[in-house]
Formats: sequence, C-alpha cells, structure tokens
Amino acid sequence: MEENGPPVVEVKNLCFGYGSGEPVLEDISFTLDKPGMTCIVGPNGVGKSTLIKCINGLLKPTSGSVEVMGKPVSDYKLKELAKVVGYVPVMTGTYNVMTVLDTVLIGRYSHQKWRTRPEDIEIAHRALEAMEIEDLAMRNFNELSAGQHQKVSLARGLVQEPRVMLLDEPTSNLDVRHQLFVSAFLKKLCDATSSNVLMISHDLNLAAKFADNLLVLEKPGRLYGFGPPQELITPEMLRRVYNVECDVIDDHGSPHVILQSVGSELM
Amino acid sequence: MDPVEYAVEKWVHHDDSGNITPVMEDYHRYILRKWIFIAVCIVAAFLAAGYSLKVGAYDIGYVDTYKTIWEHLTGNIRPGNDDYVIWDMKLPRTITAILAGAGLAAAGVVMQSILRNPLADPYTTGISSGASFGATLALGLGITFGSAGYAVITNAFLFALIPMGVIVTVSKMRGATPSTMIMAGIAIMYIFNALTTMIKLFVDPDKLAAIFEWSVGTLEGTNWNNVGIMFVVVAVGVVALQLLAKKLNVISAGDDSARAIGVDAEKLRLVSLMIVSLLAAGVVSFTGLIGFVGLVCPHIARLIIGSDTRYLMPASMAFGAALLLFADGIGRYVISPSTIQVGVITAIIGAPLFLYLIVRSKKEAA
Repeated sequence: MEENGPPVVEVKNLCFGYGSGEPVLEDISFTLDKPGMTCIVGPNGVGKSTLIKCINGLLKPTSGSVEVMGKPVSDYKLKELAKVVGYVPVMTGTYNVMTVLDTVLIGRYSHQKWRTRPEDIEIAHRALEAMEIEDLAMRNFNELSAGQHQKVSLARGLVQEPRVMLLDEPTSNLDVRHQLFVSAFLKKLCDATSSNVLMISHDLNLAAKFADNLLVLEKPGRLYGFGPPQELITPEMLRRVYNVECDVIDDHGSPHVILQSVGSELM
Repeated sequence: MDPVEYAVEKWVHHDDSGNITPVMEDYHRYILRKWIFIAVCIVAAFLAAGYSLKVGAYDIGYVDTYKTIWEHLTGNIRPGNDDYVIWDMKLPRTITAILAGAGLAAAGVVMQSILRNPLADPYTTGISSGASFGATLALGLGITFGSAGYAVITNAFLFALIPMGVIVTVSKMRGATPSTMIMAGIAIMYIFNALTTMIKLFVDPDKLAAIFEWSVGTLEGTNWNNVGIMFVVVAVGVVALQLLAKKLNVISAGDDSARAIGVDAEKLRLVSLMIVSLLAAGVVSFTGLIGFVGLVCPHIARLIIGSDTRYLMPASMAFGAALLLFADGIGRYVISPSTIQVGVITAIIGAPLFLYLIVRSKKEAA
C-alpha cells in the first residue's frame, strides 16, 4: 500500500449528538495511517457504535470531520464508499427466505451489475470457506444460530473487499474457539492485505492479544486514549473507564486483565 | 497448518480452483429451480386463461378458444359469432384478470420488501380504502373528478394516492421507520373506511348495492379501452420495479447495512412506494377491491423460491395471474349462470393453500 498517501481514516474533532439531547461523542480525534487492527473499547452506552456509524457515513457528525483515504466521507457516493469501507453489523433473521450464499452475495452489490456473475459466487464461496461455514451455503439464513449469523455477516463484509472494515462486536455471540479464530483471522487479514480493521470489542484480553492499537472511550463520549494495548491496559484505565478493580499481568508480552471487583465510585 | 493461517491463505490467495465446480453446479440448479417455478406458473396462467375464456354461456371448447384468438391475432377472422364472443366479450375480462393478478402481486412483493413487513399490501397501506372512498363518493353522492364514463375509476385512482402522500410525509419525520410508515397507512385505512361507512348510511338502497358491488371486487364490465389503460399502468410499473429488484434485495438487509453496501434505503423506499402506489391504484380503480392476491401470492412464491426479488417478482406475478384467472373461472362455474365475485374465491382457495404451506415450512424447519 502507498506509505506516503493520505491516512486511511482521519477523524478530527468529531462531535455528535442525537437531536437536541446531550452530545454522545465529544471532540474525538484519531488517525489510522498504517494498516492494522484497532479495537474500540469502552463501557456500555459510551458511543462506540455511534463512532463507527459516523465513520461509515451512516450518521453525520454535528461538528468535526471524518476523512477516508483523504476525502470527506460525505463527498463519497454510497456505492464508491462501499468499495472502500465495509461494515459488519449485528445481523438477525427476518421473514425473508434467503440462503446464506445469497445473503453474502448482497455484499457484492457495489461490484456487480443486475446479474450475479460466476466470479461473485466464487468470491462469496471463498469467504464462507474462510469463515469455515461453506457447508451452510444453501441453508436458509433464518434457520442459523446467532453465532452462525455473525459469521455470515463477517463473510458479507469480506466480499465487499474494502480497504477498511468496521465491525460492531463481531465476536459477541461466538464460542471461545470462534472468538479466538475470528480475532486472529482479522489480525492476519490486516497483515496479509495491508488493510485496516476497526472493531468494537468487549473482550479486553482478546483485544490486547490481537489489536495493534486500542481506542478507549470513556464517559461521556470522550477519547481516553489511542495507542498500543501495552500502554493503555492498566488498572488505572479500568478503574477510570469501567469502574472496576483488577490486576493486569503479562501474558507473552500482551497485557492480561484479571477482574477482581466492582469499583465503588458512582459513574 | 494453523487453521487461521489456512483460512487467510484461502481468502487472500484465491486458492480455490479445485472445488468451485460443484458449488457452481449447486448454484445453477438453485437458480434453475426458480425459473422452473416461474415457467410452471406461466403455463398455469395460460391454461387458466383458456378455462376462464371457455367457461360460461358460450362454450366452444379449449382448442377452438385458443384457435379463435390466434386467428384474430394473425388477421384471419372466421365468419360467425366465435370471434365476437371470444375477442370482444370474453377476452377483456381475462386480460383484466391477468393484469390485476400480476399487478397486485408485484405491488405486494415490493411493499413487503420496502416496509420490511410481511403484512404489507394495498390494504394495510391504505390504498384500497382510499380507492373505496373515492368510488363511494362517485357512486353514492355523485361527487366526481373525472369525465362521466370514467368517473368512478378516476375518483378511485385519485383517492388511492392520498395514503401514499401521507405515508411519504410521515416517513420524512425524524426517526420514522418502516413500521411507522405502515402504522400511518393503517390509520389512513381506518379514516377512509369510517368515511365510506358514513356515506353508506345515508344513501338509498340502489346506490348502496352499487357501492357494495364495487367494493367486493369484480372483473365484470371491462372493455378494451379499460384494458389498454390498465396495461400501460401495470407494464410501466412492473418494468420499473423489476429494474430496482437488485436494490430491493439489498435493503432487506436493513437500512444501515444497505447504506454501507451502497444503497440509499430511504430514497429507494420512497421511489418504490410511489411506483407501487400508482400500480396498485391503477389496478384497484378498475377492478374494485380484490384482496388476498397482493398479500398472499408473494408469500406463497417466497416459500417456494425464496426472497430474491429478481425472481420473486415475476414468480409472484405469474402466480397471481393464474390464481385470479382460476378463481374467476370457478366463480362463474359453481352457481352458473350467476357469478361469485372473484375476490371471494381467491380467498377461499388461496387461504387454505397458504395455511398448508406455512405449516409445511414450519415442519421442515423444525
């Protein structure tokens, strides 16, 4: 990838509020200039999903700017943006009857015309293989479990072949093996394709193990810090941001959190 | 090899030439099944059309019925009454049934998809009630907005578009969801129904009978002029919707996902809603209220071939046309020479079929 090009994502002094209520995000600035995996962590309701939606243009910031590849997000046509920024939301079933393969193929929309081409099917199938669910290709999406839905959503994000992939808690419904698998996969994917992953995570230990950087949000919607997990995951951070008491030990060079008790400070 | 590395390798280095053939074959079989269902429905509609042309007072048999139409089309009309009865008296009704069945089913497919609600159809979005109120105004009180010959149709059409206006206005409000839109449609439905009932309370029995006859939905009394107008409305609407089919697939994933994949869900919803309202209003204003087709044909087709709008729309249309033709044929046969209105028959044969398919699909899923 071009080393000297514009940063992949640049967020400057971003503020966001819904309607006339309290602001949700205040003065957030950070830059993703190198390929790699970044995890957004922070307590419930702090604005993690809102931040992701500001980055992919689903929400318009009240002030501040978001640029992707040097261009303001609002200047992109939706179809162009879809080729650069992928989005993996929490998916659930509907009354629609769609096979898993069809569901994944929807992610190819920005790359194809009216017809589905053989190469699109090949790509969708490869994404399913990568997620180890190729045997589900012809199954009805609605009949799958929450964890399987999550992997289909990931496969759909992959086939967008974006430069940056935004994920909203991609491992929340997965068992431990698959949490580990998906986290490691996304990290290796960033390295192998020089791309970026920006994901919301509640599992600090997985984030610490795989993420190149953490983006820690604290209440009310402010940036606590942006940097490598080794610097940010400390008992002080967890006390201030989450209001918990814990020990942090070293696990092969990554910090590892051992939770002890709920903090007494009112939040 | 480490499974994670293997997976990344697989994804990044396109190492898949070996085992893609069976996947493609599966996929092609899967698409072929959809085409077969569409073809079966078209054949069924063709046969049902013959039946609907044949049944009734002037029965010249299946083969001669098709033959007479063919001879008219190729400009070699035989002397005698056959051509007049088939072409001028019976065929407009048959074509109306095809257009109404196909148009209402297409409208149902798209409404259910854009409003993301399995109960969306011309009824729950208020279109039918609007049309009904318009027609009642004309038939009951003589308040009309069109020329004499088309007074009822014009009234029905104009009032059928009002709910769309309201739904679009509501959808522009902050935080409006597809559910808000459908609830607005239902509110409008109740208002129009109440107004219609109020008029019915004060009109004389003859007018009441005319209003009732209009409201149950009928294919009677159509002529080639009406068929021509209806054909244009349905054809334009259906072609426009079919061109949007792929985008409609994308919004089934949810508005946020759709935007992230490259489709502006809100804009698409508005455009589709306008097309669908014109289409449904165009049908309903000519035929009166034919329920069931718009709601259930899409579901039946969906249970059989899935939700891909590109295939679901033609399949539902062909199924809707076949069902309406068949129902109309039966309606004229059972208590001949009297007629049971087509809307009644569609519900009587369609609803049990629908129930059966729901039960079967739930059993398969279990």
